[in-house]
Amino acid sequence: MRIVEQALKGDRRAIARLISLMESGGPEARQALSRLYPHTGQADVIGVTGAPGTGKSTLVNELAKAYRHQGLTVGIVAVDPTSPFSGGALLGDRIRMSEVATVPGIFIRSMASRGNLGGLARATADAVHVLDAAGYPMILVETVGAGQSEVKIAGMAHTTIVVQMPASGDGVQAIKAGILEIADIILVNKADLPGAEDAAQALEAMLDLGSVRAERLRDELLGVGGSGADANDLPGPWRPPVLRTSAIRGEGIGDLVTAIEEHGQYQRDSGLKAGRDRKRAMAELRHILQSTLLEHLLRQIPEKGLEDTVERIVVREMDPHSAAQKLIAESGLTRDSLCSCC
Amino acid sequence: MVDEKIRVLIAKLGLDGHDRGVKVVARALRDAGMEVIYTGLHQTPEMIAEAALQEDVDAVGISILSGAHMVLVPRVMRLLKDCGLSDVVVFIGGIVPDADVPALLDVGVRGVYGPGTTLDAIVEAFRQEVAGSERT
Repeated sequence: MRIVEQALKGDRRAIARLISLMESGGPEARQALSRLYPHTGQADVIGVTGAPGTGKSTLVNELAKAYRHQGLTVGIVAVDPTSPFSGGALLGDRIRMSEVATVPGIFIRSMASRGNLGGLARATADAVHVLDAAGYPMILVETVGAGQSEVKIAGMAHTTIVVQMPASGDGVQAIKAGILEIADIILVNKADLPGAEDAAQALEAMLDLGSVRAERLRDELLGVGGSGADANDLPGPWRPPVLRTSAIRGEGIGDLVTAIEEHGQYQRDSGLKAGRDRKRAMAELRHILQSTLLEHLLRQIPEKGLEDTVERIVVREMDPHSAAQKLIAESGLTRDSLCSCC
Repeated sequence: MVDEKIRVLIAKLGLDGHDRGVKVVARALRDAGMEVIYTGLHQTPEMIAEAALQEDVDAVGISILSGAHMVLVPRVMRLLKDCGLSDVVVFIGGIVPDADVPALLDVGVRGVYGPGTTLDAIVEAFRQEVAGSERT
């Protein structure tokens, strides 16, 4: 496929068209991806997540500048939410990155979530694969403004940065499950604002409360430490550093770059990288299987059959779980399903 | 299952700092189901062309109220052409005297929409022109 060959050479237009193809999906997209996938696996993927308005885009801008200064080219994928009502989106991350928008060697792509939950778009992983194959050694992925449950980025990035800001919650808030757990690095951004020290201390206290066992459990759940490595041989678990930054002032970025490097080194030294790569591949595979199988199933069901089933659910003749079982059984997708005449 | 959306770049070109109108338009296009990349103020022709390239947009909407359109817009059109983006639909909004419109259309602008244009008309214009251009 010519577009893949061009993208592999770094042609920006081909990269852009290829990412659009991935977003559209379909057989041509799958074909393109299988052509470029062998060329992936070189890039470092850094995830940036956090609540809306915490300064993620501004931070990504600063990080991109820092990496470019080191002579590295940078790919950026910035995700914003799709309207659940109109299906449209206002992609407003790029606007914070105008400093790097025309720097040669920096590629910025805005993506709409298109209804996907978890903080990313369905095609975000594919967009990252395209940039990876095209030769960008650093890829920064910015999620939608995330709440406590948008944790999908952890399954995609090598290093996940969770961005917090002052005055957004106390010590109890900091120990709630979810987004803070996926952090490899925690940032208190807008550190020039009052409350920054309190925020940092609450986060450090939260980390102090966690036990070594809990951190190992977390690493296990994230799929690290695979292939039978003896727990005693592994280095101590990674304690996410709590850093203070002011992205808009460009402060604290040097420490952040160092922390990212240290985390990367830790993963290589500890052998945890391999386990995480496996977990990442599993997550992606499951995600694709889920949507592919659903599409396949829905194609087997006549539209009227689906509508009638929905009607039966609404009038409480049938519950949604039984309805689903019935549709699956009737679709012929399962080996031991009854014949459709029964 | 193929998922197609109209992607539009909305930009303020040049030194003009009035962005209320352009934000209203961006919002209307969002509500019409399009994916709108809003690049904000003080965009140079180079920034617009590069963004259009990286974002692989179907259309570009440029807002300019400063009177500099006859200098800046042709530069944008030339850069788009140089990047291989001649098939991207370009609309201009803002303050453009009627007398300047033919020259802008001559350089490839698809339409000029001044004050008084309804949001419906703008949404429809984007829809129709993008469908008509059928970019592959």
